[in-house]
Amino acid sequence: MSSDDKTLDLRKEIDAFIAAGAPEKASLRLGELWRKQSGSATAAFVVSRYEQLRGKLASVPYRLAIARSFTVEPTIPLLRAVAFVSGIDLTVHVGDFNAYPQEILDESSSLYRFSPDAVILAVRTADIAPDLWQEYSDLAPDAVRQAIHRVSNNFQQWIRAFRQRSQATLIVHLLEQPTQPNAGVLDAQLETSQSSAIRQTNAAIRQAASEHRGVYVLDYDALVARYGRLNWRDERKWLIARMPIAASQLNYLSQEWLRFLVPLTGKVAKALVVDLDNTLWGGVIGEDGMNGIKLSAEYPGAAYQSLQRVTLDLTRRGILLAICSKNNLDDAMEALNSHPGMLLRPNHFAAMRINWNDKAQNVREIAAELNIGIDSLALMDDNPVECEQIRAALPEVTVIELPEDPLQYAATLRECPVFERLTLSTEDQQRTAFYVEQRERSQAEQTFQSKEDFYRYLEQEADIAPVTPASLARISQLTQKTNQFNLTTKRYTEQQISELAARPDHEVFSIRARDRFGDHGLVGVAITRDNEEACEIDTFLLSCRVIGRSVETALLSYLGQRAAGRGKKQLAGWFVPTKKNLPAKEFYPQHGFQLESQNGDGLRWALDLKEHPIAHPEWIKLNVMNGENG
Amino acid sequence: MTSNIFEQVRSIASDLFSIPSERITAESSPENIEAWDSTQHLNLVLALEEAFDFQLSPEEMEKMRNIGEVVKVVESKISATKS
Repeated sequence: MSSDDKTLDLRKEIDAFIAAGAPEKASLRLGELWRKQSGSATAAFVVSRYEQLRGKLASVPYRLAIARSFTVEPTIPLLRAVAFVSGIDLTVHVGDFNAYPQEILDESSSLYRFSPDAVILAVRTADIAPDLWQEYSDLAPDAVRQAIHRVSNNFQQWIRAFRQRSQATLIVHLLEQPTQPNAGVLDAQLETSQSSAIRQTNAAIRQAASEHRGVYVLDYDALVARYGRLNWRDERKWLIARMPIAASQLNYLSQEWLRFLVPLTGKVAKALVVDLDNTLWGGVIGEDGMNGIKLSAEYPGAAYQSLQRVTLDLTRRGILLAICSKNNLDDAMEALNSHPGMLLRPNHFAAMRINWNDKAQNVREIAAELNIGIDSLALMDDNPVECEQIRAALPEVTVIELPEDPLQYAATLRECPVFERLTLSTEDQQRTAFYVEQRERSQAEQTFQSKEDFYRYLEQEADIAPVTPASLARISQLTQKTNQFNLTTKRYTEQQISELAARPDHEVFSIRARDRFGDHGLVGVAITRDNEEACEIDTFLLSCRVIGRSVETALLSYLGQRAAGRGKKQLAGWFVPTKKNLPAKEFYPQHGFQLESQNGDGLRWALDLKEHPIAHPEWIKLNVMNGENG
Repeated sequence: MTSNIFEQVRSIASDLFSIPSERITAESSPENIEAWDSTQHLNLVLALEEAFDFQLSPEEMEKMRNIGEVVKVVESKISATKS
């Protein structure tokens, strides 16, 4: 009962903060309430309070539609609550019961009229394929093949039709397996088993999804299995309310949906900051020493090694690692360099703060060194007090509070939605190496007298190419993620980019850059639109790791040349200020552009191409490619 | 115990129907609480199942016509699981 009293007090505190006009504090407490008590009733409270705070918090608005064959309504408040807590202001439209085929096929349906950012297609095996479900034992092998074919075809058609009618993201639930196959243990002996029939259908749906941009599958069967089929299903609720999922499991479905919404809205963490003592290893290195800390393949050290394994997996998704630890540098480095149980080594970390300074200050410095926003950081710590301090000092940081039992550490990190990605580019996989090269560059820079000498020494090269199928994912990703050197901060899905590129008056370019220290990969995007007199820059952005070494000038100069080549008199573009793109503010005036107009959104700059052509920086060798830049 | 369960049911209903718990009485029902529609009734059932860790039968859901009846159903479920 005391925990109930506590959440009651929290609710009162939240309402007091809202009444006092303190939205950030109210939001922090709403997050705390949700972590303590994440049920249906609390969800309704959390959603209603966040709705009162609308416009006062930096949440990303997002529109989600759900086309379905079963009752999902009770999941919606849970989803909206967890989304609000994650900084996503979700508006949800639920399609009519079992009307999903018409809604997808009819382009004037309420589904499309809602103009969703994303659509979830949630259809149960029992509903779309009763023959693969309760009637399976009646089927001859031929009929099984026909059923697989029919269901796969349905999904292919729906996915194709959806793509023709909408640019929204589509998330398709794959089919689930029955709790018990109809043939019992015999099923596993059969060549045409029920479970393999469902698996084959799923493989065909996955294949259909992969043939279209922005279509993803949700492995619903794996989700159900993770929490246990017997716990998941509630036959009684299915029969009386067409709700097949038990009350206790609804949260897991909403969390799984969130894992897609987080990368789709860009509310991801780009870097994970870890503690060392009692996190990456058990014990305190400064007291227990190299032989005393727990870190091995056996109990109890195995718990810490598993956590390191999961952390290492994150780097393969392009997530950077950093250390923030109160320790003596020498003690910590000895363990990092030479403890035989360590899976993570110093070269896995893009930044390190091992000292006795204030934790929040260290975290700020890490963000600055990695050149990413504080809101792109996640921090993992075993100490609840330090977690609370970081939440209070830096509410933008995602704090991962490790549970008491170290054996639960790895699972806690794996469940964290801020590390989810829906696509992966080559750049993502090499990101840590980029940062290590960057450290070498900064060290070299300090030995040169002038910037120009340093630029020449770098031997920079840049490849500019029009968008290709291979570079589409990365180009879209850059528009989604680049915040600092981004003139207009327009976010585009892959689908939208390919549609823009197909228009005759638009051009979409990417730029790759490399120098003597290494390859930066594909780091910049420019999108232009021609009108009669001028070439308008719709999007111009560069990843922060190359800004300030004149790659941006090379790209702009190229756009100018091309526009002049097409007979355009002017190159023009908007600067749309955001909280984060200050580094791009002076970009146009620095290159001779004149202010043309100004409104509430931003400033429009233009350059007369005849009078002020933009000089190409001589120290960059520019390659103009016709094809691949992937 | 009775008043305790009443308080818990009240606080769940207060969250779901977005009204202060002081305004919820044993007589509160879909007739006098506007937000208490069929969707919210299902949400109420689910929230009770979560909070008290039991499953309600269709017959029990039918009986829950006002907050007083809800409390009775919850009490009988709890005493049934204890005995």
